[in-house]
Amino acid sequence: MALLEIRGLHVHYGAIHALQGIDLAVEKGQIVTLIGANGAGKSTTLRTISGLLRPSAGTLTFDGQSLTGKGPHQIVRLGVAHAPEGRGLFANFTVEENLEIGAYARKDHAGIARDREWALTLFPRLRERLRQSAATLSGGEQQMLAIARALLARPRLLLLDEPSLGLAPQVVQTIFQIVREINAAGTTILLVEQNARMALQTAHYGYVLEVGRIAQHAPAAVLAESDEVRRAYLGVG
Amino acid sequence: MSSTPHIAARAAPAAWTVLPRNVGPVVAGLGLALVLNFCVQPMSGAFATKVLLDIGINIILAVSLTLVNGFTGQFSIGHAGFMALGGYVGAAVMYYGSVQLYGGAQFHGGILSWTVSQGAFAGPTFGTGDVLFLVACVAAGLVAAVAGYIVGLPSLRLRGDYLAIVTLGFGEIVRVILQSSRPQLETAAEVAQASWPRLLTQLGGALGFTTPLFYTTLFWVYLFVAITLVVTYRIKRSSYGRAFLSIREDEVAAEAMGVSTTRFKVRAFVLAAFFAGVAGALYAHSIGGINAGELGFQKSFDVVIMVVLGGMGSISGSTVAAIILTILPEALRTVTAWVNQYLPAAYALPDLRMIIYSLALILMMILRPQGLFGLHEIWDLRPWRRRRAKATGGK
Repeated sequence: MALLEIRGLHVHYGAIHALQGIDLAVEKGQIVTLIGANGAGKSTTLRTISGLLRPSAGTLTFDGQSLTGKGPHQIVRLGVAHAPEGRGLFANFTVEENLEIGAYARKDHAGIARDREWALTLFPRLRERLRQSAATLSGGEQQMLAIARALLARPRLLLLDEPSLGLAPQVVQTIFQIVREINAAGTTILLVEQNARMALQTAHYGYVLEVGRIAQHAPAAVLAESDEVRRAYLGVG
Repeated sequence: MSSTPHIAARAAPAAWTVLPRNVGPVVAGLGLALVLNFCVQPMSGAFATKVLLDIGINIILAVSLTLVNGFTGQFSIGHAGFMALGGYVGAAVMYYGSVQLYGGAQFHGGILSWTVSQGAFAGPTFGTGDVLFLVACVAAGLVAAVAGYIVGLPSLRLRGDYLAIVTLGFGEIVRVILQSSRPQLETAAEVAQASWPRLLTQLGGALGFTTPLFYTTLFWVYLFVAITLVVTYRIKRSSYGRAFLSIREDEVAAEAMGVSTTRFKVRAFVLAAFFAGVAGALYAHSIGGINAGELGFQKSFDVVIMVVLGGMGSISGSTVAAIILTILPEALRTVTAWVNQYLPAAYALPDLRMIIYSLALILMMILRPQGLFGLHEIWDLRPWRRRRAKATGGK
């Protein structure tokens, strides 16, 4: 059984039917990406998994446990961490304090210290800026902090929402390289991206979301070769 | 900014470091309270003592409201409601308690509860009245805290303006209920017959609750000031407290980090209400009674102004703001008198001081819209620190 299984997921924003019956599975140890245009429902999917939104129908199962009806603070404790779109940093907190609150749900101090070291090894830039307030970081550094902060929750599943948003191509390369390293260290990742090229190069498996429905899904390499994906998302053909 | 930056170092604070950090400042505050009480008060005279009492009470109010409006970023404008509630509960416990214990509302306190201006003190160092007063203050805080829990609940669903309106409504409801309570019982016989639940409804109605028991001294006020400051500061600088602050910074992200935002918002309300209730009890016994009519939304706004001027989250900021905004209207009395002596009687401006006070507020907000210290504490603003922050591209 997959680490995360979503069956027939429907989500409404008032009268808007944002997700219209989504089936999705994230296998343990993989990077799975969810690509699609603006407004397709990618962020909505992530926000529903982490409990920030309530589904109107469908089931979410994480490691055999149902997530439906659980609040975000309970879901974090099960091992799902969310680096939200737009980073959601605590701007007036220092880098250090942001990291610290990332570990808020944990009590194992030795483990927290170890993960903090690991996160700072992955993002050495953050180590130089530990005592600066998050608002003073550059866009790339802020994204790094958002990921590092999510890592401090020691997630088994990491939800990354648009890590490439608004960043220079070179920074995007660095971030995706680190995403691969995090995955290689054993963290399963569900990656939402508009930058389909980068996402499909990084992921093992991909889902294409079109206005609230899964249009197709396949191993990332296969999707990257599919004519439809190439035309609609990669700008070729 | 934090003094212990490393999570690892914070892992398991030993008991011998926790105790001095929490108790040490309270002991220091106790010392200051004693000095104020026994050295400053005899020299300063009755008027200055009154101003010092008001300053202390306003510090408790402003700093406790900082927990809600500053830390969690909710907007409460009903703080005077908690103060009124605490004031009435404290006064009733003290008054009816004294009548039941001593057969009349006479002073049975020790030297700590004795104001020098009342004459030379002849009595025991500690009296049973001191204990009763402490009980009354804590009871006032607890009742207000329960009310804070009830008001905190709607804050789960409401935010911003809507929550502000709810808290405003709460303050007014408290005021109206207290003002329509039954008359205060006067004779010892009546009090002796009545049960406590009934006594707590006999709160004097529109006349307010009068008490001849002036137990509030600089000692008690500044003891509670010290406790309030230490508790809020420890909250601000702990990882537990960071959960409160994260709600203000970004509620959704806080939730995603595993912070139960609803629980923390209610906790902030409960804690703030407790201290406001204590402040109410202290207030009642400093002026010899309490009248809900004086503790309407105007008083709530006064406290909100202190918090805003202090920087919405700065403990030292709201403390300094409370000091300034308590002294200013008093100091302006002199200015008013000075100006009025040059004006013909027909054109006298008896309320000139409130005009200047309001202008001063407007000016301060124009010059420092972020408040005195912003989010920071006064000791974060050392000049060399600012220079370094600029060099590294600080805001």
